[in-house]
Amino acid sequence: MPERGHETKLVLDDLRKAYPGPLPVLDGVTFDVAPGEFVSVIGPSGCGKSTLFNVIAGLERPDSGRVLVDGADATGHVEPFAYMPQQDLLFPWRTVLDNTTLGLEVAGMSRRAARERARPLFAEFGLTGFESAHPYELSGGMRQRAALLRTVVQDRAVLLLDEPFGALDSLTRTDMQTWLDGVRAHFDWTVLLITHDIREAVFLSDRVVVLGPRPTRVRREVTVNLPRPRELAMITSPRFAAVEEELLGVLRDRS
Amino acid sequence: MSTTRTGGRRTISAVVPSLVLVALGLVAWQWYVTAADVRPQILPSPLRVATQGWAFHEQIWANTLPTMQVTAVGFGVSLALGWALAIAVDFSPWLRRALTPLLVASQTLPIIAIAPLLIIWFGFGLLPKVLVIALVTFFPIAVGLIEGFAATDRQATNLLRSMGASRWKQFRYVRLPGAMPSFFTALRIGITYAVTGAIFAEYVGATAGLGIFMSLQKNSFRTDLVLAAVVVTALLSVTLFGLTYLVQRLAIPWHGKERRRA
Repeated sequence: MPERGHETKLVLDDLRKAYPGPLPVLDGVTFDVAPGEFVSVIGPSGCGKSTLFNVIAGLERPDSGRVLVDGADATGHVEPFAYMPQQDLLFPWRTVLDNTTLGLEVAGMSRRAARERARPLFAEFGLTGFESAHPYELSGGMRQRAALLRTVVQDRAVLLLDEPFGALDSLTRTDMQTWLDGVRAHFDWTVLLITHDIREAVFLSDRVVVLGPRPTRVRREVTVNLPRPRELAMITSPRFAAVEEELLGVLRDRS
Repeated sequence: MSTTRTGGRRTISAVVPSLVLVALGLVAWQWYVTAADVRPQILPSPLRVATQGWAFHEQIWANTLPTMQVTAVGFGVSLALGWALAIAVDFSPWLRRALTPLLVASQTLPIIAIAPLLIIWFGFGLLPKVLVIALVTFFPIAVGLIEGFAATDRQATNLLRSMGASRWKQFRYVRLPGAMPSFFTALRIGITYAVTGAIFAEYVGATAGLGIFMSLQKNSFRTDLVLAAVVVTALLSVTLFGLTYLVQRLAIPWHGKERRRA
């Protein structure tokens, strides 16, 4: 792990997890995330990225190892994390506004207070005018933005995004990435993003963590030294290409 | 979107083929009875069924009301039991294992043999009829709900858990509303059995009702009046069936739209 002299928001300490079967899934995953940092996790398919996320999110307990948030043990705890799964999971029986307040209502906030908290975010998320629409009336990109709004409005310490743009067409995905990078600048989010899209990882992240194949460990951490805000033109820059190439090399390395 | 107008037109054009078929059948029946000169005790003509049915309409109506009452109470009991049991099963894996075989077993009971026994045990009142209706309609409702709850997306459950939702809140916010389409399908199956169940229970023994009316008319060879009562029964079932769509549209308006868009 590279030495960094500053504080950490999230620490994953030697996480291990095995299911009945030939290979353990997580074989000592260790890395950390600084406050306000955007970190992407990439790895070969089937390497246990989703298991890692479920363990971090507190949905599954690791066999051993710890998850620390702000220095406190958060292993198996759901409260520090806001989790955005791959599918948008907007419920058709709720309006868009009431979908975004779901987490707050579950946490015991009154419906009215929850709405008052979510409504001001609609402009920033490009959803103004769709508060009382139903999810089926939204485009794919809008659905993902609504799902992200539902995630961030919970005001948890760390955002966990599990391939949020995986189901979108490439044009919409590019739009969403640019938008996410822009909106992130206005908030103080600490983000951990799972993706299988190397370009997405480089474009959005301060740092990219590369996982190896099962049994999974961290193979390398690559810092992305590109200025913010990120712009589409950077994708073709030599520095961007160099990071991409390095990541691809680590992923391809079968040793 | 002009959903209501096109929806109404679609409903009408959807039933036209059935109506044409029914009309053709009635014409053929009328023709056969007239041409072959069949005795009305064996097979009355549709016209005779209609005219005699109308001549006796006060008596038929007087017997329709008790049948409707029995159906409503029986189906109400069945709904209450079905919901209670399905919710209990959804919260307790032990109950699920314990009750599923019993539910299936309840459907293997030969109602035709049990119904007379219920009359012996509980008399000619409401109770044995309610039990018969509950016995035939309870199963589809309970199973429809149980499977509707269980069909909840795993990811949706995880999302709710990540929000810190208790099992009860997972049920209230996702499992319950998500099961509604499945419930309404089950409701439609159940309600068509409910009227038939009521008729059957009355047939075995009752003081009033379409079932006992049919039984008495059959015994005095009034085949035309039996068939007139059958028509009323069918109308009752179809009306209740149609009502479930209306209730569904009011209760879960999102369902049809979601499906049409997808």
